[in-house]
Amino acid sequence: MTETRPRTLFDKIWDAHVVEALPDGTAILYIDKHLTHEVTSPQAFEALRAAGRKVRRPDATIAVVDHNIATDASRYGTIEDPESRQQVETLERNVAEFGVPYIPLTDARQGIVHVIGPELGLSLPGMTIVCGDSHTSTHGALGALAFGIGTSEVEHVLATQTLLQKPAKNMRVTVDGTLPVGCTAKDIVLAIIGHIGTAGGNGHVIEYAGEAIRALDMAGRMTVCNMSIEAGARAGMVAPDQTTFDYVKGRPFAPKGEAFDSAVAWWSTLPSDPGAHFDREVRLDAAQIIPQVTWGTSPEDVLPITGVVPNPADQADEAKRAQVQRMLDYMGLTPGQRLQDLKVDVVFIGSCTNSRIEDLRVAASIARGRKVADGVRALVVPGSGLVKAQAESEGLNRVFRDAGFEWREAGCSMCLGMNPDKLKPGQRCASTSNRNFEGRQGPGGRTHLLSPAMAAAAALAGRLADVRDFQPKGA
Amino acid sequence: MRAFTTLTGIAAPLPQANVDTDKIIPARFLKTIARTGLGKNLFANVRYREDGSENPDFILNREPYRQSEILIAYENFGCGSSREHAPWALLDFGIRCVIAPDFGDIFHNNSFKNGILPIRLPRAICEQLMEDAKLGANARLTVDLERQVVVRPNGEEIPFEVDAFRKHLLLNGLDDIGQTMQRAPAIDGFEAKQRAAQPWLYA
Repeated sequence: MTETRPRTLFDKIWDAHVVEALPDGTAILYIDKHLTHEVTSPQAFEALRAAGRKVRRPDATIAVVDHNIATDASRYGTIEDPESRQQVETLERNVAEFGVPYIPLTDARQGIVHVIGPELGLSLPGMTIVCGDSHTSTHGALGALAFGIGTSEVEHVLATQTLLQKPAKNMRVTVDGTLPVGCTAKDIVLAIIGHIGTAGGNGHVIEYAGEAIRALDMAGRMTVCNMSIEAGARAGMVAPDQTTFDYVKGRPFAPKGEAFDSAVAWWSTLPSDPGAHFDREVRLDAAQIIPQVTWGTSPEDVLPITGVVPNPADQADEAKRAQVQRMLDYMGLTPGQRLQDLKVDVVFIGSCTNSRIEDLRVAASIARGRKVADGVRALVVPGSGLVKAQAESEGLNRVFRDAGFEWREAGCSMCLGMNPDKLKPGQRCASTSNRNFEGRQGPGGRTHLLSPAMAAAAALAGRLADVRDFQPKGA
Repeated sequence: MRAFTTLTGIAAPLPQANVDTDKIIPARFLKTIARTGLGKNLFANVRYREDGSENPDFILNREPYRQSEILIAYENFGCGSSREHAPWALLDFGIRCVIAPDFGDIFHNNSFKNGILPIRLPRAICEQLMEDAKLGANARLTVDLERQVVVRPNGEEIPFEVDAFRKHLLLNGLDDIGQTMQRAPAIDGFEAKQRAAQPWLYA
């Protein structure tokens, strides 16, 4: 078939993976890589077993534990929590029975599924990638179509290596210009979510484009794509370019030699064609971005750090007034309060959004030679065992420890309140994670989302702080 | 999967936007290896007080809404995490239909897989249905999937859209994996072609 219509990056990857199109537009879409973890897979394996089905392509599947494990040394003994233990043991039984490759807790490569996928070269440009986790959008940074699925879909992929999907609409978010000093990828994506809202991307796949996105390293692009789901989009993508190819080259599961060259030749055809149709276009100017922090309980409730807590009375309609009031009550905030006056109890640097070596380097550059404020508990949780080892080889663990941060083992940790790392009711946390929902980091916990640099600054100041006031000190 | 044809029941009003899946079921209840029994954890953070007792202000703790089979909410219902525990918890409680202006995409998919019908209707209509729902047992709603209408207590019929393929699966209670497995030869063919063009995907 000759394709003459200009196509987007999404269109091209979609078209290359349609096994069969059904009359109503639903496609049987082939899945190249399936990442699984302990929380959303047990019911899928159980259903396969009950139906007498096999895993169609164990070689395209990989399993790891990340969500409910502890991030201290206790995890290498018996897992204390009986339910967490059962979930990990169930995964281990399932991968053995179905022949799925597995990275156990004791493996140096263990880590958050969305950190290890790209890091190990399991996730590649042009692929369709799924995982029973909404932050699968992260892998789109490589120029892949990557999205989160539910457990029934996990089962569908295990059994058939396909999914039944309707094509998403195309949205392009173009970020022009140069990011000011003190701002990072996290500030870009928070600003985007603030602009389009948490339902802004519903039904769409977002392609991030423009000078400021091109200038990001792969870790930054992963941070942006990671939070596509917080903008309502199941997937976010960045067109593969030389930065992508340089990142992929030499990774353990990436193609080598001639195979790499022919892969690059295909990957190079993937960027959106000039004139390709986008159902929605959004533009932002990077130069206007000020370090961002959320104040409410939805990621769209975000403001520059120089801002003040909003007043419900300023809201146009009654429903919105009630909603803002509810958030202020939950967050323990008063209208007009300066964000920089908000004292924090806990600082969390980690999660699939911001736990890569680049994130830790930035945070360490702020923490170096300074001290965490009295009464603040500050955690640094590397995204994987390999990130942790790399950071230790650069001495970042000492920088953090000397400053009074805890240096922990890899895992999802305090992002989601299902392992021992949780907030206590009423605690206020500056967090580099992705969701500030009520109770997300533990019942009653109050989350302010921000960048790793901003989190480090908050730990030192003991309150939300403007990282631009903290110039890095020499090594 | 249980088929969904028509449903007449009590609708609970939940007049909030952005009801996320962490709110529908907090992460600490995801440490299960079963699909059932999650109804008691539905909306746990707002449904129970700190001492574990019921919060009498929460809608699902009040009669007749303990028997709700339909939920009416506002924009972006089910946003956030991909956890299928959210529809499992709703289903286990007894909810088989959620009506809202729009839904988080993954929740929307997950609902269909579990015999829950998510219906998108404009905000203004959701506001009317919210008022109906506040009348409780005196105002049952009927959802007719075959005819694609919601019938208000006053008899007014509100049409809604649904994908033809999903409607077919729901009406017949079909397992879509079984359907796809019948297409195995097409999948074999795709793999053979892909393996030739991109051998590194099969290394």
